Amino acid sequence: MNAVEYAKPQSIDDAIRCLTNAPVGARVLAGGTDLLVQLRAGVVRPPLIVDLKGIAELRRIESTADGFRIGAAVAGAELSEHAEFSSQWPGITEAFNLIGSTQIQGRATLGGNLCNGSPAADSVPALIAAGVRCIVVGPSGSREMAVEDVVTAPGKTVLTTGEFISQFLIPARAAHSGDAYLRFIPRTEMDIAVASAGVCLTLNAAGVCTAARVSLGAVAPRALLVAACADALIGSTLDDAAMAKLAAAASAACAPINDKRGTIEFRTKVAGVLARRAVTIAAQRARGN
Amino acid sequence: MGNEQDALNLVNEQVEYKWVGTRPIRPDGADKVTGRATFGADIDLPGMLTGVVIRSPHAHARIISIDTSAAAALPGVLGIVTGADLPELPNEIAAGGEAPINFRSVSENAIARRKALYDGHAVAAVAATSVEIAHEAAALIKVNYEVLPHVINVLDAMAEDAPVLHDDLITKGLEPAPTKASNIAGKVEFAMGDIEKGFAESDVIIERSYTTEAVHQGYIEPHAVVASVAADGMVNIWCSSQGQFMVREFCAKLLGMDIGRIRVTPAEIGGGFGGKTTVYLEPLAVVLAQKSGRPVRMVMTRGEVMRATGPTSGTHVHVKLGAKRDGTFVAGEMVLKYQAGAYPGSPAFLGGMTGFSCYELPNAKAVCWDVVSNRPKCAAYRAPGAPMASFGVESAIDELAQTLGMDPLELRLKNAAKEGTATIYGPKFLKIGYLETLLAAKAHPHWSAPLGPNQGRGIASGFWFNVGGPSSASVHVNEDGSVSVVTGNPDIGGSRASMAIMAAEVLGMDLSKVKPLIGDTGQIAYSFLTGGSRVTFATGMAVCDAAKDVVRQLRTRAAKMWKVTPEDVEWRDGSAFCTKVEEGKERAPLTLAAIAHGAARTGGPISGNVSINAAGAGPGFGTHICDVEVDPETGATRVIRYTAIQDVGRAIHPSYVEGQLQGGAVQGIGWALNEEYVYDANGRLQNTGFLDYRMPVASDLPMIDTVLVEVPNPGHPYGVRGVGEVPIVPPLAAVANAVSHAVGLRLTSLPISPPKLLAAIDGAKAAG
Repeated sequence: MNAVEYAKPQSIDDAIRCLTNAPVGARVLAGGTDLLVQLRAGVVRPPLIVDLKGIAELRRIESTADGFRIGAAVAGAELSEHAEFSSQWPGITEAFNLIGSTQIQGRATLGGNLCNGSPAADSVPALIAAGVRCIVVGPSGSREMAVEDVVTAPGKTVLTTGEFISQFLIPARAAHSGDAYLRFIPRTEMDIAVASAGVCLTLNAAGVCTAARVSLGAVAPRALLVAACADALIGSTLDDAAMAKLAAAASAACAPINDKRGTIEFRTKVAGVLARRAVTIAAQRARGN
Repeated sequence: MGNEQDALNLVNEQVEYKWVGTRPIRPDGADKVTGRATFGADIDLPGMLTGVVIRSPHAHARIISIDTSAAAALPGVLGIVTGADLPELPNEIAAGGEAPINFRSVSENAIARRKALYDGHAVAAVAATSVEIAHEAAALIKVNYEVLPHVINVLDAMAEDAPVLHDDLITKGLEPAPTKASNIAGKVEFAMGDIEKGFAESDVIIERSYTTEAVHQGYIEPHAVVASVAADGMVNIWCSSQGQFMVREFCAKLLGMDIGRIRVTPAEIGGGFGGKTTVYLEPLAVVLAQKSGRPVRMVMTRGEVMRATGPTSGTHVHVKLGAKRDGTFVAGEMVLKYQAGAYPGSPAFLGGMTGFSCYELPNAKAVCWDVVSNRPKCAAYRAPGAPMASFGVESAIDELAQTLGMDPLELRLKNAAKEGTATIYGPKFLKIGYLETLLAAKAHPHWSAPLGPNQGRGIASGFWFNVGGPSSASVHVNEDGSVSVVTGNPDIGGSRASMAIMAAEVLGMDLSKVKPLIGDTGQIAYSFLTGGSRVTFATGMAVCDAAKDVVRQLRTRAAKMWKVTPEDVEWRDGSAFCTKVEEGKERAPLTLAAIAHGAARTGGPISGNVSINAAGAGPGFGTHICDVEVDPETGATRVIRYTAIQDVGRAIHPSYVEGQLQGGAVQGIGWALNEEYVYDANGRLQNTGFLDYRMPVASDLPMIDTVLVEVPNPGHPYGVRGVGEVPIVPPLAAVANAVSHAVGLRLTSLPISPPKLLAAIDGAKAAG
């Protein structure tokens, strides 16, 4: 019989120690909404599960001078109930809240959604678009990196043995900026993105786009930050020509697969449509800010 | 008892009933909403083992050998079963279940013999003292396969050079019989009139091919069973199924046992929709219990349910419809090719019998092909076979209306079947209510409501026979005047509420004092399974008859108490009234409770026990209206309004009848828009869970409005017609017609999933 060991360290250092000394195949558990499903399906059989929810710093949402510092094990429901955060970053909040159901929202975490490594993770394009960075802790100290640099391929990250994400650093929203996230699913909920787009942009008084970040999900082995999409928007008033250029750039960046959830053609086209629609929402928000 | 005169006396559209047509809380409701109801997986016996099935990872493979020695040596493993443990059955069609059945196929489907014929086909099972040990043992069972070429789709399977699943399968229904085995199990034809002449006389002909994908019944509760063998060899089975007598019969056949040695207790059932009218785990659990001497519980995972149970056929349907310029239908032809899954037995013939049956069509022909391929053996699914044929016919009618510039509802009204209309399968309709459903649709505000941009409206109708058959009921009067109503049919659609209502109505008593129960195979006489929309009709008739017998006995008992003759006693409102006037004798009415209380002095307990073979099931017709909105940039379709109209004969409990209409409509919407089996190049099913097998969720749907049209069935005491199956027939075409109008393109291939619809829209744009 292969038993699964379970540890619930109470500090970051304890957790690092625990993971560093762990047998090969040990897994980190935050919300568990992916890991426990994989465990039950027999996809993974880790000898040890290290639960991070006992670490207070990982469960906190802090408002700082630079924006927000959000613990990697904060649940979706906790984030959406944080009025200040959700009003500043509605795109991130909506993206995170699209994951699963009300019950899942009570458990699912930003750290888990990112480190599970799914190209279709809903919160990830929204975090990338917002320019979010994260703090990685481990046996050789802590380091900071951009969210888009964490995942390398489906299920794979740059994290090494003993490392995990402790917090996300979300910048203060710039003036006249707005973010938005849209995904396509064949149903209205309880589904996984077939294609998705996260957008964050800034407009000046004349309505000209001065900064933009566009990220696409589920159309490549990992979420993409597409510079050509940003280039299509920056300097424009988001007129029809710019929007068409944006959609074309988004579609051009796609490198999707055919699978049970969608075809290459479909994902490629819809990624452009979603990018355009997300820009429209983000621009509305920017004008109101 | 139950004679026609009795029935006719009660059917009266003007009658005011006390309980029939009301909406009391269902008797099984409290247990279900509080989680106390006992389903198949909830049965727990001392010393019980866990059984796990080992399934083929290959779509088509010869089983060279199965080595169970390592698993058997694992401590905690107490039983292993392979195909060698079940008797070989003759290759013959026998009566049983809903349609004629080849028990050899049922047996081989439950556990593979020489070949595994689909991904998920059971090849062995193991019972152990814990679920962990059972899984460990399952991994130790070494099956040596020779992988064979496979075939998944129906047209591919019919091809000359297709890999052949069964080397002894010779197509039935061909003259002369072929000499070579193929995947074509059989051909059946239905015809009336002269279609050649009919098409020659037609001014307009619509001819197209349509396709649908295999879809699963999608019951929430996975299959579950507990089997136990007593010291004397008597077998006890607890399981959720659509018929405890079906489980008993099937297990007896598959295990070579006497029916009398098996007792089956029905658990609560978490959905069946036809998919639980056969056995999968039950015979394996019995053999494991026999081998281990311990009770064995087996519960499927969702993945096992998807890979190895259900579904209904994916189909290729060709329809040709000819009409006069004024819209009068002249001729119709259908060629139906249905996937049977790995063993013969698709419902193609039922598609052929039902597809045209909503209409007066003097010249008609249906050619039905039953084709095997490397997919799970198909099982009944709500009006088996009818929705796919109807999708083709109702789409063709919609296109005909467009071609003729006619309103599609008016076109249907013009050709609607009515009393006396001949059917392609023989009989002429008696009193039916199809026309009434169309008139109700026409009068409904939905039909004339305005539509916005990218929106479309579709209409379609559907027909199902409904059946009767053997049913039994016992009505027991308890000492306090309360009543137990025992029947032999699992309650999958609120039937207990209907049984109680009908008994209370006949007895004239307080409904809250009537307790409906479902007996095991030892407690109630044989009843055919819950299927064919038969229970409220047939078992309800048995309940009415048993209750009438109780009334007769109550009158006799009251007569004894009053020392008058039974003819002097009238039964009304739950009490006996003496009609004999005698000087100086005041005879106050006797309540049911008073008679029950004194029953020991008037002849003993009072009970009515009735077994019937119910005839006179009334056919059902429905008409559905569907509005959709299509996102032209993503191909996403949203159903924004839906109205289901059906002739239900008489609704005993209208809420559960409405629920049937809503549920059928929703399953049909899923079938039309998103549900499908996705196989990879190796014939392995890719979407084995509800995440990627996309049934609609609540937020995908508008409220499904219902209209109950009541044209009472003269063959039932209260006018009941079966209602459960008709509502899944119209939605496929109603949705497809609506989408076709929204995008200005005829959609002929289900599901109309976003990638498929977007490709069609963009393809039409590119073609200019």
